[in-house]
Amino acid sequence: MTRYATQALAMVKGLAVTFRYLFRRPVTVAYPEEKPRVAARYKGRHWLTLYADGMERCVGCELCVIVCPSQAIYVKAAENTPDHQVSKGERYAEIFQINELRCIFCGFCEEACPTGAIVLGHEYELAGYTRDSLIYTKEMLTEPYPGASGRDPRREI
Amino acid sequence: MPGEIGIMALKSAFLVFLLLTACAYMTLLERRMLGRFQVRIGPNRVGPFGLLQPLADGIKLLVKEDFVPRGADLLVYWLAPGLSMVTALLVYAVIPFGPEVRIFGREVPLYLADVNVGILLVLAISSLGVYGIVLGGWSANNKYALLGSLRSTAQLISYELALGLAVISVVLQAGSLSLVEIVKAQERVWFVVTQPVAFLLFFIAGVAETNRSPFDLPEAEHELIAGYHIEYGGFKFAMYYVAEYINVVTMSALAVTLFWGGWHGPWLPAPLWFLLKVFGFVSVFIWIRATLPRVRYDQLMALGWKVLVPLGVANVLATAVVMVLPKGM
Repeated sequence: MTRYATQALAMVKGLAVTFRYLFRRPVTVAYPEEKPRVAARYKGRHWLTLYADGMERCVGCELCVIVCPSQAIYVKAAENTPDHQVSKGERYAEIFQINELRCIFCGFCEEACPTGAIVLGHEYELAGYTRDSLIYTKEMLTEPYPGASGRDPRREI
Repeated sequence: MPGEIGIMALKSAFLVFLLLTACAYMTLLERRMLGRFQVRIGPNRVGPFGLLQPLADGIKLLVKEDFVPRGADLLVYWLAPGLSMVTALLVYAVIPFGPEVRIFGREVPLYLADVNVGILLVLAISSLGVYGIVLGGWSANNKYALLGSLRSTAQLISYELALGLAVISVVLQAGSLSLVEIVKAQERVWFVVTQPVAFLLFFIAGVAETNRSPFDLPEAEHELIAGYHIEYGGFKFAMYYVAEYINVVTMSALAVTLFWGGWHGPWLPAPLWFLLKVFGFVSVFIWIRATLPRVRYDQLMALGWKVLVPLGVANVLATAVVMVLPKGM
């Protein structure tokens, strides 16, 4: 008899819990209209960042290419010359491509980069209609002005 | 006399329209409410607040492929969903929405028929509705469907008994089998006050009768995928679906009629009170679905035969004794 009573009480308790939840605010984010705010360290699309003076950070060392577990990065380096100084090192990246379809957004490239050139930004809407359109070239990856990626252009690395 | 028939036909058509609309919007209400219980929004894309969702669902089901499984018993396979839906709708012929009202200088009662054995008719028709499930599960030539329909048969037979016993104590107190008379007998005191045990029995048995969670074993998706309607698609499936939801509304309406005073209530007009109470009960059905997990099959049977039926018999006996005692002394 007591068993039945406790069981019935448990049911009533459960009903009380769900009743409380009925009046909670839904946690749903109505996505296309309302965008979720990502965490500060969120790993989204890549940016090739610039120094505050507009110089490219990338020195074409290809460490990101070596560390990339899904082999999504292709870099072809070229020598800086006094009348064509692109970066602050000896070399710069002449070609820099990231295949966003291969990338698993692990952030290893960002960690490996000695100059802090490659960073992962907050943009996550990376869909496209063709595979070709998702191979980001250097023009697409380089931030349009220093600090456009959200990182401080005066930082060390 | 032809005028009477015309009014009857008009009322029937209106009632069927009302029921089907109510049932369509109950699916939306259920989905929205379940969403809120689970701290999410629920369907809100089709039309304002998702109000056109039932229409979209209906169109989708209508244009779906109409298939028949190999080895199905064709006649029964086609007949079963219709049987389910027609019996579900038929019950409303005797459920009173309100007392007589004057429309265009004519006394029009807000019920289709005041049968003197109304509640008996309701039980009989809802028992017939079982055939829709049994035959549908059997004719589809599928083991899951067959298992679902067998479960459903056993469940409905066990719980019909408890339901009947709960109703008998109400009938004893009201002194009539007519639903209109039963409502009129609750003018002063609702039967839920004098018959709380019977109400509890009725409600538990009612949830089991409508195959709703936590007693939705005939269509337990984990064990039987979809149970008796597994081989039904398109509009035949929709008919089962409609039948299930109408049965939920029926059980709510019956609970209101038998225990919660039917159309009685202060201030508001009578039919509004009735609809409000039914809405409340439908919400409780959804609330229970959002809360309680499905019971095991042996638990279901044990609850029915070892708890509800003895309790029902005891309640009927107690009611009878209390009814007779003052007169005998």
